[in-house]
Amino acid sequence: MARKRVSFGGLLLRLGGYGLLGLGGLLTIAPFYFMFVFATHQRSEIFGFPPPLWFGEHFWSNYQILLEKIPFWRAYWNNLYLALMVTVTGLFFSSLAGFGFAMYEFRWREQLFAVVLATLLVPAILNLIPFYLLIYQIGWINTPKALWVPAMASAVGIFMMRQYILSAVPKELVDAARIDGCSEFQVYWRIVLPLIRPALGTLGLITFIGSWNRFADVNVIMRTQETKTLPVVLRTLQGATDVEWGAIMAGTALLVAPLLIVFALAARQLMEGLTSGALKN
Amino acid sequence: MRKTLDNLPSRSSPLSLSMRWSNFQRRYAPYIFVSPFFILFLVFGLYPSLFSLYMSFQSWTPSDGWGRWKYVGLDNYTFTLTDPMFWRSMWNTIWLGVVSGVPQHLIAIPLAFVIHMMLGRFKTFVTAVYFLPYITSSVAIALIFNTLFATHNGVINLVIAHLNTWPLLGALLPDQNINWFTSANVKYAIALVVIWQFTGWNVLLYLSALQAIPKDLYEAAAVDGASRVQQFRYITLPLLRPMMFFAVSLTIIGNMQLFEQPFVLLNGGASTATPGGQTVTMYMYRTAFEWLEMGTAASIAWILFIFIGILTYLNNLIFGRAARGVD
Repeated sequence: MARKRVSFGGLLLRLGGYGLLGLGGLLTIAPFYFMFVFATHQRSEIFGFPPPLWFGEHFWSNYQILLEKIPFWRAYWNNLYLALMVTVTGLFFSSLAGFGFAMYEFRWREQLFAVVLATLLVPAILNLIPFYLLIYQIGWINTPKALWVPAMASAVGIFMMRQYILSAVPKELVDAARIDGCSEFQVYWRIVLPLIRPALGTLGLITFIGSWNRFADVNVIMRTQETKTLPVVLRTLQGATDVEWGAIMAGTALLVAPLLIVFALAARQLMEGLTSGALKN
Repeated sequence: MRKTLDNLPSRSSPLSLSMRWSNFQRRYAPYIFVSPFFILFLVFGLYPSLFSLYMSFQSWTPSDGWGRWKYVGLDNYTFTLTDPMFWRSMWNTIWLGVVSGVPQHLIAIPLAFVIHMMLGRFKTFVTAVYFLPYITSSVAIALIFNTLFATHNGVINLVIAHLNTWPLLGALLPDQNINWFTSANVKYAIALVVIWQFTGWNVLLYLSALQAIPKDLYEAAAVDGASRVQQFRYITLPLLRPMMFFAVSLTIIGNMQLFEQPFVLLNGGASTATPGGQTVTMYMYRTAFEWLEMGTAASIAWILFIFIGILTYLNNLIFGRAARGVD
């Protein structure tokens, strides 16, 4: 493979590299493209020959079917409500705990932090059944708080916040604020929070995306149509005998579109935040 | 420094009330700041886990009424471990774990290498494109692929039919439309979806590791006449091992819990007809919510947990030592 004549071999490798990148990119984008295209076609067109490669004119009728068959906007609102609650409370409690771990010396600090990290190792889905039983026991089935209250402080969030606060907030600044008469909470609220905005942005995005996409736990906790989120109700459409694939694709497009928009706006920050968070320490 | 600051007022005799208050605050504030996580973890994490351990030795179904458990000893475990359906699901899970896990890394490493070496300004853009599937709802993805995998005129079958007309490749591909949703085929479909969804995530991980490798190592190698391929083989790969350990651990833990993709591709896990796609978590889900055998379901969860622990330990043996060595 390796040629002595660098120019020719280098060129070949370079072309091969671009080819690989292009092909991979195409394969990555294609399903999204077909999702949007299929969202504008009827079922008969989607599975006709040839399948539609360009946008059609049935988006509105697909949308009408969605409204008929499922409480679409209600489910959309549930998605948004859940994601916002988890994000806002998660940012608050995770950054507060991250601040506690980063800026104080206290007894059991290392041990407590080790517990936070250890919870990351427990596979989430294994807790599904006991979690369901607990929610059942305390009577929170069909209530949204069953989904956002347990997620208010996350181990990932605390870890990220601690790392960032250690690198971005000088201890002298915190001490200076104390001398000026700030209470400990005021130090957090007035000094630390404004300084960690970039990390809050990254964590906020991760949290929002994660809870926007939640399925397994929502599926078992939310048993009535009014309380289900969009991925769960869209899934139920698939169970019908005559599946309206055009409508389902319209629904998934509307589910995915906000994420794509947010990601397009914040991709750089999100990915830089993720890579630095994953690597440090 | 903090110690002396803290101790100073206690030695001087009368403390002002405000100083006492601020001392008190500073001592107890961190406990209050970190407590929400621990309270939530105890209530919604640890308690349910321990409870499920207890449950796994009980027989209980929701119609019995709350609190009406029957101690059955190891019955749930012996039932699960002798149930052919469980072993079938376990086999599927391992098969899927390998077939959807290994390619992710085999594709992601060279891809990340190419992105790292060849792209300047467009690096973030290209990585973002590859990362898109990772941020997308698994349910949405599975629903999209459900249409793409259609037997008649499904896009994927049409592409295969087209590739079939190519001279060399064609010989390797089947002549007829593939019914992806048969018991034998569905796991290939699931594996394809999982590879598609998570390769970009691994690209991001490997890219971040590549960016941490000092440039002068490559320059020195180039001066010594090492080709790109040799540089990749002798510099990049060894220095990537810590990240490989991390990324492979995540893949193992994730793949052993595959749920949403097979659940949706199989239309809610109608798996009596398609046992080939049923994973252990789907089997656990059905045991709990279809057959309402909560105790048995809890035992499945614990068996899977132990199994994931063993795999993680093996991964640690293979990659971990080298990873720590480089660290």
